[in-house]
Amino acid sequence: MSDHKTMTLTLIVWRQKNANDPGKFETYSAKNITEHHSFLEMLDVVNEDLINDGKEPIVFDHDCREGICGMCSQVINGAPHGGQDRTTVCQLHMRKFKDGDTIYIEPWRARAFPIIKDLIVDRTALDKIIQAGGYTSCHTGGAPDANSILIPKPIAEEATDAAECIGCGACVAGCPNGAAMLFTSAKVSQLALLPQGKIEAAARVKNMTSTMIECGFGNCTNHYECQAACPKGVNVKFIARMNREFIKAQFA
Amino acid sequence: MQFLTSSIGRKILMAITGLCLVLFVMIHLVGNTTIYGWIPGGVNAYAHHLHAFPPIVWIFRAVMLAIVTVHIGYGIQLTIENRGGRPQQYAVKATQKATFASENMIWTGLLLLVFIVYHMLHFTAKVIPGMQLVTDAEGTVNVFAMIVSGFQNFFVSFIYVAAMVTLFLHLSHGIQSFFQTIGWNNDRTLPVIVKAGTLVALVLFLGYVAIPLTIFAGILKG
Ligand code: HEM
Ligand code: SF4
Ligand code: FES
Repeated sequence: MSDHKTMTLTLIVWRQKNANDPGKFETYSAKNITEHHSFLEMLDVVNEDLINDGKEPIVFDHDCREGICGMCSQVINGAPHGGQDRTTVCQLHMRKFKDGDTIYIEPWRARAFPIIKDLIVDRTALDKIIQAGGYTSCHTGGAPDANSILIPKPIAEEATDAAECIGCGACVAGCPNGAAMLFTSAKVSQLALLPQGKIEAAARVKNMTSTMIECGFGNCTNHYECQAACPKGVNVKFIARMNREFIKAQFA
Repeated sequence: MQFLTSSIGRKILMAITGLCLVLFVMIHLVGNTTIYGWIPGGVNAYAHHLHAFPPIVWIFRAVMLAIVTVHIGYGIQLTIENRGGRPQQYAVKATQKATFASENMIWTGLLLLVFIVYHMLHFTAKVIPGMQLVTDAEGTVNVFAMIVSGFQNFFVSFIYVAAMVTLFLHLSHGIQSFFQTIGWNNDRTLPVIVKAGTLVALVLFLGYVAIPLTIFAGILKG
């Protein structure tokens, strides 16, 4: 160990063997943690100790560890991604915690996200929503010239803000109704704002929102917990936009 | 029809019926203030004009019943679906944006329903035990005397004030929620709409509770 000051934390972690196991909390001690560890690295350290003791490591999702893939999915002390503004779990650092802290770690909880194991949930439902219309099927030909279709800058920026969604599902995890409105509205808005997406806008919003309900997500009651949970700052204004698109689609 | 089974479609019907109820509540308050006597004949004259033409009264009641039924029906249905959206709760939950009002819409709504029934038994059907009704030679009830004698009773005033607290809670979330649901909202308007919605709910609350309170305090007398 270097001369870093280390901390010891108490972790209360959800352990569940599979979807049918009722699951329970287990308490672990995270030792030799420095403020420079990311939250996932902290769990790596704990898992090494568990493996050395011949125990099952804590299973959690992760991939890029740089805040872009949307795989890391943990509710930390009741807040999806730990509650730090615009931060995924992998980008959350232990300097946010103090020596001796107790940390609750739970998986995303929603009917549409069955637990696979421990902290890993099955987010196929989000893919199903995208498959229902989160694409355009117009022919774009070969690589077009950059500015052959002019798009006003404010529109381009609005579309890009919506496109920031990384599909992590924190909005669902934070929503008391387990609704996927922020996720769905981000894709509906992104595409409805752009010329290529406008063509199928009406069918898209109808199909994506009905798939949302078929997958078992709840309905929106405008608590705005989703926006607070979103690591990419996707704004609930996109939900209002999707609602407008939905009304427009009734007359299309 | 897809609209009636969809998540957003049903929410929109709730929002529109909710707005109709808000408009009703506003107009009703203006009408009620005639108790202070700013039109000739005061609340008695107002009540008389309102019921002058029975077919209109019954059409209006039927429309209101339909609106309330749609609002409550979808309210209950959506709430049941939403409770199922997260079957297993978190052991620890850090609520970040939701409010007491937003989390209890179904309960404030159902309390309002109980109150609406009581209110209609009281001032529409006039069958609450212990009511003192003064009628003139033609058998017309003196509405002013009925309201004043009613609110001089502590429990009656208390029920009305409590109901208006409930209405305030329902509308402090409901009004801004209407704009979001119907899509008339963006990131710049949202904070303004949230504040304005709460303000409107507060004005309605103060306007309504003023009537039982001024009567109970003896400021407005029979
Ligand atoms: C009679 C019994 C009532 C019940 C059971 C009821 C129930 C509900 C429920 C469950 C919601 C949805 C909450 C949400 O989405 O978060 C709601 C929304 C609303 N309610 Fe009521 N409510 C009732 C009466 C009223 C009254 C009397 C008014 C107006 C004076 C009203 C105005 C609204 C508004 C404006 C909304 C917002 C709609 C939206 O979410 O967009 N409600 N109500
Ligand atoms: S809207 Fe935000 S919270 Fe929801 S899936 Fe996209 S990035 Fe995650
Ligand atoms: S691991 Fe990719 S966003 Fe966290």
